[in-house]
Amino acid sequence: MAATAAVAPTTDIPAGLTRDQLLELYYWMRLTRTLEERLVNLYRQTKVVGGLFRSLGQEACAVGSAYALRREDVLSPLIRNLGSMLVKGATPLEVLRQYMAKGDSPTRGRELNIHFGDLEDRNFVGQISHLGDLVPVMAGITLSFRLRGEERVGLVYVGDGATSTGAFHEGINFAAVQHCPLVVIVENNGYAYSTPTARQCAAERLADKAAGYGIAGVRADGNDVLEAYRVTKEAVDRARRGGGVTLVELMTYRRKGHAEHDNQSYVPAGEIERWAAENDPIDRYIAALTGRYGVAASELEALDARVRAEVDAATDEAERSPFPEPTDGLGGVYADPPSAPVLWYRQGFARAVDRNERAQGWGTFNG
Amino acid sequence: MAEVTLLEAVREALAEEMERDENVFCMGEDIGAYGGAFKATDGLLQRFGERRVIDTPISEAGFIGAAAGAAHMGLRPVCELQFIDFISCAYDLLTNYVATARYRAFLPCPMVVRGPSGGYVRGGPFHSQNPEAAFLHTPGLKIVYPSTPSDAKGLLKSAIRDDDCVLFFEHKYLYRRIKETLPAGDHTVPIGRARVAREGKDLSIITYAATVWKSLEAAEQLEREDGLSVEVLDLRTLQPMDDAAIVATVKKTNRVLVVHEDTVTGGIGGEITARINELAFEWLDAPVRRVAAHDVPLPYAPALEDFVLPQTSDIVRAVRWLAAY
Repeated sequence: MAATAAVAPTTDIPAGLTRDQLLELYYWMRLTRTLEERLVNLYRQTKVVGGLFRSLGQEACAVGSAYALRREDVLSPLIRNLGSMLVKGATPLEVLRQYMAKGDSPTRGRELNIHFGDLEDRNFVGQISHLGDLVPVMAGITLSFRLRGEERVGLVYVGDGATSTGAFHEGINFAAVQHCPLVVIVENNGYAYSTPTARQCAAERLADKAAGYGIAGVRADGNDVLEAYRVTKEAVDRARRGGGVTLVELMTYRRKGHAEHDNQSYVPAGEIERWAAENDPIDRYIAALTGRYGVAASELEALDARVRAEVDAATDEAERSPFPEPTDGLGGVYADPPSAPVLWYRQGFARAVDRNERAQGWGTFNG
Repeated sequence: MAEVTLLEAVREALAEEMERDENVFCMGEDIGAYGGAFKATDGLLQRFGERRVIDTPISEAGFIGAAAGAAHMGLRPVCELQFIDFISCAYDLLTNYVATARYRAFLPCPMVVRGPSGGYVRGGPFHSQNPEAAFLHTPGLKIVYPSTPSDAKGLLKSAIRDDDCVLFFEHKYLYRRIKETLPAGDHTVPIGRARVAREGKDLSIITYAATVWKSLEAAEQLEREDGLSVEVLDLRTLQPMDDAAIVATVKKTNRVLVVHEDTVTGGIGGEITARINELAFEWLDAPVRRVAAHDVPLPYAPALEDFVLPQTSDIVRAVRWLAAY
């Protein structure tokens, strides 16, 4: 890693970005990684009560692409898109409360991990576990932009695995036919749980699926944050101009298991280590920043310190948050009636059990 | 005013709501220039334009998912399924995404999924279904199943104005058979309230949709031939269910027959029976019995379909059994 002193940039900054923006991209990537590392600690302390999903090695993909959106644009993240959500305005405090099942989490303890959204202000949608389903939903959100003549764009992430689903196909085809201002990003990280991409799809390049829908398709290096930004920005600009849907395949690699319990026994020996050593998106970006773009290592260290302080403060605050009131679990299924009735055998009780046990896992293999 | 069919009542409701609220728009297969397989949307394209009457690809999951997204943004989509049988293609989107949106993400999903349902029309296994019970089990969806033109219009208008997703079943056997003069003006019927289709004092039939008419026919015959006074309760809305109306009729007659066209096992009749057991057991003078379809896919041949589905004669026999108990 080149640790040069502050010198004038030796290369023009690409894609119309400013120097401050280059540092911002670094900040979001570092925040993503540090926050996830904190979540691992909390998981081991059993304070994260459900599963934990990492995006280690995919931070450039998530951050670079989301950075191409405006605040009014709508982003639909997937489970490896913590970085995208942070860029769009999700806070570490929200993420920590969510994982820790706190009553003041964005979903008031109803949903897990990064399954939360905000369509009022910051404009990202809460995902569900059924892969591909957000593609038709985002087709509808972007259809509303077109019907109302709004200059807004939508971006939806899927993994290599979700490209096999019917919902992906129906959604992208609908959006293409309706000329919706939608960007579909396939984050090809090599695995869907344990299934390698070659067993998911016989096509060599997932971006080639675009031809079948009559839309633009492009493939890029997802571990290069500036490249992820550049190709996404092109697609976003095309959508905003009325040019319709683009399918962007970002090549990356999932260095952790599907979730924290997954021991990755199915991964060929040495593969993870090779990606960690040779193609870590943050290492690559640090090299570019301190080399080509003349950023001092001390500037990055200062950002690292800022990130640590922010994550520490958010952790302290999340720890102090209360758990939800049990009866809140019955509210809000419908606008009307506002709450489901308490069943006869539970009437007059504020809680169901004296102590809420933490499950050892979800019954998934934990070897 | 002239009498209109249930189908025309549906069309009136759509047009009036599109006129009233520019956020209302329709999506579905062949609903534009063609006006829909049953002509429910006939003329809407000419009147409201292709931005508000959208022909979709054959993609039930695609356009129902898209409706959810549009609904999040403040639009009020009305999706037509060419036959309600195809709702199964969007089961995932409806049950996992749409039904949970408010609860898990505080996202309103004001949308209507409507389409022709039901048998007695020689439609065979895939154009005759009554899949309402599959969705009764999903918190977050409302289910409406009217039996008269007036209720169809009033309930569809209420469904479009509702802030949650409403599944709206239109029985195709009733589409052109039932005519009625509709109330004038902005006629709405509240979701969640049953209707006493016929007053009676000896025995109650709780039913909905096409079997409301078979039950009424049976009630007339029973009055004529047996001197029995049979009450017929038309549920109209299946979710939320009108427990108060169910309990009221049980307390009035103390004998209940539940009738529906859907298959008997796992059908809504079981849920109605369980509610009566829990809410009004001591008011019963006889066990609650069910008349419903046999547990088979619906066959095509008239001899087969008529045998599988509940008929007026079945209801008459069942009521006589209950009256003699």
